[in-house]
Amino acid sequence: MVEFLSFRDGESTQEPAVTVESFTGQSNATAVRIEPGEDARELLPHLDRISLIEVNFPGFGDGRGYSAARIVREAGYTGELRAVGDVLVDQIVAMRRCGFDSFHPARALDDAAVDRALNRYDDVYQKTIDGRAPIWAKRHPETQNG
Amino acid sequence: MYRYDSYDQAIVDARVEEFRDQTQRRLTGALTEDQFKPLRLMNGLYLQLHAYMLRVAIPYGTLSGKQMRKLGEIAGKYDKGYGHFTTRQNLQYNWIKLADAPDILAELATVEMHAIQTSGNCIRNISSDQYAGVSADEVADPRPWAELLRQWSSFHPEFTYLPRKFKIAVIASDDDRAAMRLHDIGLKLVERDGVVGAEVYAGGGMGRTPMVAPLIRDFIAEDEIISYLEACLRVYNRYGRRDNKYKARIKILVHEIGVEEYKRQVEEEFAHMRELGLNPPVEELARIRAFFAAPAYESGLSDDIDRSNPAFALWVDRQVAAHKAPGYAIVNISLKPIDGIPGDASAEQIGLVADLAEAYSFDELRVTHAQNLVLPHVKKADLYAIWQKLVAAGLAEANLDLITDIIACPGLDYCALANARSIPLAQKIAARFAAAERQAEIGELKLKISGCINACGHHHAGHIGILGVDRRGVENFQLLLGGSGAEDASLGQITGPGFSEDGVVDAIEKVTDIYLAERESGERFLDTYRRIGMKPFKEAIYG
Repeated sequence: MVEFLSFRDGESTQEPAVTVESFTGQSNATAVRIEPGEDARELLPHLDRISLIEVNFPGFGDGRGYSAARIVREAGYTGELRAVGDVLVDQIVAMRRCGFDSFHPARALDDAAVDRALNRYDDVYQKTIDGRAPIWAKRHPETQNG
Repeated sequence: MYRYDSYDQAIVDARVEEFRDQTQRRLTGALTEDQFKPLRLMNGLYLQLHAYMLRVAIPYGTLSGKQMRKLGEIAGKYDKGYGHFTTRQNLQYNWIKLADAPDILAELATVEMHAIQTSGNCIRNISSDQYAGVSADEVADPRPWAELLRQWSSFHPEFTYLPRKFKIAVIASDDDRAAMRLHDIGLKLVERDGVVGAEVYAGGGMGRTPMVAPLIRDFIAEDEIISYLEACLRVYNRYGRRDNKYKARIKILVHEIGVEEYKRQVEEEFAHMRELGLNPPVEELARIRAFFAAPAYESGLSDDIDRSNPAFALWVDRQVAAHKAPGYAIVNISLKPIDGIPGDASAEQIGLVADLAEAYSFDELRVTHAQNLVLPHVKKADLYAIWQKLVAAGLAEANLDLITDIIACPGLDYCALANARSIPLAQKIAARFAAAERQAEIGELKLKISGCINACGHHHAGHIGILGVDRRGVENFQLLLGGSGAEDASLGQITGPGFSEDGVVDAIEKVTDIYLAERESGERFLDTYRRIGMKPFKEAIYG
């Protein structure tokens, strides 16, 4: 079983994450935690001083964190983006595609199941910020978007 | 018709294996029902009152003879010999064993079909016009757009845990046969300055708070449709309500913040997202479009139909629609026999329709949101032969858009959510109005029944709608008048206090009597209702 999962090179940030409100209000903090319902765009002016963004999933069915993740990645954030909370093996692939590169689930995950999930689908239909070429790009390698 | 390439097939095959693995873990007890539930729901598998129900996607309601035959085989092998066609152009099996579900999905995958995202809070099967590609009045075939959206929405990483389910329809004709404006997003293809693009409507839906979707964008071109829809969905995913599942659909968001504010937020997001390279190149839509090229119609065919058999002539007048190619016709096959279950077909009937599609309709057929079937490309010279086969199979009811062409949800006979039984009521109404002359005299009258407030039977959009409720443990039926799911979309109004099952049948009869007495020349029931209003009907029912 695995309690922490990282796809980053090197060490993960250990600094405790502060709330969005206390982060934007002040602070020398470099780690911040987004709760569902908080606006990830409030962090955009500060991305260059952030080394860890945690996105909390209190329940797996609340998908707001997927948008939060893509928003900070689309704005150029390259630091650690960690999903925490009710993170299940069946969500890992979608979370990776939205830019998460580390995971701290409330309940430990089965390594073998994570491996199976990550290797289940060879190709994807959508372009996101994860750098994978979508199927339409592979079908049309000669075109501009492809 | 679209055909999978190796990419599409690999995804569907991988999904089958994933679900087999999940089901195995459930059967051995490694997964609890609570843990398994979200996984099976993502694959269209519901636990109903008596058994599992599997909902199979029929993308934009188009399928081949081979696919249809497979649906019939599965009905015979794994169900009790029936399939149920739904208001979302899908097919449901009501008597499935969990252990069989992976094998069924594997069989579907052999004919390029699946059950992906037929449930769950994600983007559902894309629906469309059953006359797409064959009606003369469309701007372009909407199905290539629908297929583009099918692929984009499949396993979308950001939009798989939305506040609630999300339904998209694409049409391309001024006649709306897909209830487009009662979808979360509706696209209507239009041509502006020689370029085809889409009008975008958002925030429609039925359920307990029905809404007709307002226009949110006058035109979006094909090379930006994906980034625009991503913007629409992102605003919804971030700001749609999650505190109450009955207020979680996009219609509530659009209503609460107002359409102008929703538009503003979408445009702001779109300004950002259109720069991200999210749109497939136009070559991809062109690739898909090539699959939907018109079949090789014969030229020089006669438009004459031998009408010497009166029963056949009646069926032609009611069930056959104009086709864009000379000598051809569109055949509507009724799944509403008077004593039947709306939308149900037996394994044998499904097999027969598959045969007819192959023999007479360029191997193609359609499913309609009114729970009927369509053979889209039939030579007029073949109509009589087809009719004879339909008669022999019990599929030749001539009631398209008449009062017995009833839309009904499965209701309390099957559904765990229902408050009342829809099917026996549909059968009672059909029996009351069974006489062909009487139905013809009443003319177009769309009657729709839902067994609970979730409105799967589209009761809000019925010229006459019926909503089953539970009143202190007794089934009770509310009556609504004046709804429409067509291009003149409107929501029905409740007449007043509800009725017993027999009482509502009597009330409908009074309503149609008032219509027949009050109508002016050429008026449908809906037109008369709109002209004279609720009052005379109410007086007749309750007076």
